[in-house]
Amino acid sequence: MNIVVPVKLVPDLVEELEIDDGGTALDTTWLRFILNEVDEHALEQALLLKESLSGTVSVISLDGEGVDDVLFASSAKGVDRLIKLTGVDYGVNVNNHAMARFYATTVRILEPDLVLVGVQAHNDLDGSLGPLLAEYVGMPYVGYVSGIAPINGRCRVRKEYPGGLIAEMDVEMPAVLGVQAAESPPRYVAISRIRQAMKTAAVDEQAAPDLDTTGGPMVDSMFKPETAERATMITGDEDEVAGRIVDLLRELGKA
Amino acid sequence: MSQDIHVIVEHLRGQVADITYVAVAAARRLATGTGGGVAAVLLGHDGETLAGDLAADRVVYIDDPALADFNPEHYNVILADLIGGDPPRCVLFGDTSMGAEVAGVLSARLSMPLVSRCRSVDAANGRLRFISQICGGKILVEGDIPEPNALITMVPGGYKPEQGRGETAPEVTRTSVSPLGSGRVAFAGYQEPKAEDIDISTTPILVAIGRGIANEDNVELAEELAETLGGAVCASRPVVDQGWLPTTRMVGKSGKRVKPDVYLALGISGAPEHVEGMSDSDLTIAVNTDPEAPIFDVAQYGSEVDLLDLLPVLIERVRAAKGG
Ligand SMILES: Cc1cc2nc3c(=O)[nH]c(=O)nc-3n(C[C@H](O)[C@H](O)[C@H](O)COP(=O)(O)OP(=O)(O)OC[C@H]3O[C@@H](n4cnc5c(N)ncnc54)[C@H](O)[C@@H]3O)c2cc1C
Ligand SMILES: Nc1ncnc2c1ncn2[C@@H]1O[C@H](COP(=O)(O)O)[C@@H](O)[C@H]1O
Repeated sequence: MNIVVPVKLVPDLVEELEIDDGGTALDTTWLRFILNEVDEHALEQALLLKESLSGTVSVISLDGEGVDDVLFASSAKGVDRLIKLTGVDYGVNVNNHAMARFYATTVRILEPDLVLVGVQAHNDLDGSLGPLLAEYVGMPYVGYVSGIAPINGRCRVRKEYPGGLIAEMDVEMPAVLGVQAAESPPRYVAISRIRQAMKTAAVDEQAAPDLDTTGGPMVDSMFKPETAERATMITGDEDEVAGRIVDLLRELGKA
Repeated sequence: MSQDIHVIVEHLRGQVADITYVAVAAARRLATGTGGGVAAVLLGHDGETLAGDLAADRVVYIDDPALADFNPEHYNVILADLIGGDPPRCVLFGDTSMGAEVAGVLSARLSMPLVSRCRSVDAANGRLRFISQICGGKILVEGDIPEPNALITMVPGGYKPEQGRGETAPEVTRTSVSPLGSGRVAFAGYQEPKAEDIDISTTPILVAIGRGIANEDNVELAEELAETLGGAVCASRPVVDQGWLPTTRMVGKSGKRVKPDVYLALGISGAPEHVEGMSDSDLTIAVNTDPEAPIFDVAQYGSEVDLLDLLPVLIERVRAAKGG
């Protein structure tokens, strides 16, 4: 079972987000980029499949701040091949249509049985990567997946619907699957093993094809939501806050 | 090409999803700008009447036994034909487990631009505009809906489902499709949610915990508080994905919708996927150390104290109040 996992870094939402002077993009000066959370699940699911069925896992990413760290961490987790697409100016708006076209070129060459992508990213504005990539490489796509069991050239996937309902679908391989959650939480690796990987793992750098962003919308203004009814903030230390919460509950007859 | 707006009806086991009504509300707005009509496109089996209460001008109904349950491949094939054959100005989907992947595949297959996470739309001076919500609800972006045609996936929040409900049933036109072969994706069946210990959708007091709870041991503290209050513990997705609580306790887009009297949100950022499941709570009190956390836009009361400092004190206080 050969699996490709394209990964993407996204702004860490724990940090304060500022809009740049142009008014259409985030100010990247203080932004911290982290691996998209569901991509981490896609990677974990790939490693679980590799461990139970043998095979290889390749991770691809577009070059950018923090990407090397992510690649070396994946290597430390057991990824066989690290691929970095270089030469793309991040100043240009790389949307998912463009990203899917980049990765399609690599996927066609690697001919994997499965491509596992995170089902979405919080900054997707032109759809998620998975279905676009699937269509460009001519594979079927199923997303919102939280379980994958390969059997005879197909895999039975668990697709999540609201309310905890699961639909089981049989998908012919090769396929692209949009992972929502791996069958077990993403593993941790010790920093020492990542350092080791930095010394030993090779990153295969490949020139990205020409950028083509058609298929996504243009943004002419970016802003923070107006907070019409922001919560009334309870100030003070935990004693005061606890006291006020108990008062509120008491008013409702709940305490 | 027409100036019509199409809405792809999402339904599961005989029930039309709320997001479809939201999409119809957006479609009505767009149609005032284009001068076209709103068509609901319904794929199903023995479900002709499903779209009866949508505020659409007409329903395009496609019936096939293979459409009894959602299969993305069938939707792709049928809709590529329908939309590609006579493209409407816009086609609206829910940004959901069903809509998102069909919209994505069609965007690539038909080379039709896609705007996702759309919260609201506008039509003025001959321009159609979108506002989409990104970065976990912390940022909104605005722009023109691409010309001449576009696919759009809608998120909840901009319109109430009631706005997409109509008084009179729209006229239904049946359209046939070429037989659906056995393709590369086959629906195999459902796995029902596990029987519940506690049904959080009917519990009046919920202590909701998010990633801020930090580790599994702290979950006990939340359990203790819930028990003292006579309520139950529920959680955001990361807590459930870690295996600290069962799936039945998850609130949100992929979990349950809850409507308690009190929702105490501890260490939850308020991502749109979470808020979707709890925004109908009567009273929400949020505790989060990040003053910019979107949960404070949903909550009536908030505090920036550390939840791990707060929990033991709060448990004591509630105990004292109950005792005295
Ligand atoms: C397709 C899809 C479906 C999804 N469905 C759901 C769903 O149904 N339900 C759901 O919940 N999520 C869902 N998600 C995930 C969702 O996007 C968010 O990632 C998730 O809701 C975030 O959970 P959180 O708020 O607990 O964690 P975070 O966003 O990481 O927030 C943790 C918060 O805790 C605060 N905090 C940290 N430490 C403390 C402390 N000591 N005291 C006080 N505050 C603290 C931080 O400031 C932060 O705001 C879905 C995602 C996808 C892609
Ligand atoms: N590692 C990265 N992954 C994804 N996007 C990035 C990364 N680094 C920078 N960007 C994006 O690149 C654009 C310009 O960044 P910069 O090159 O830092 O000016 C911004 O819109 C960022 O969103």
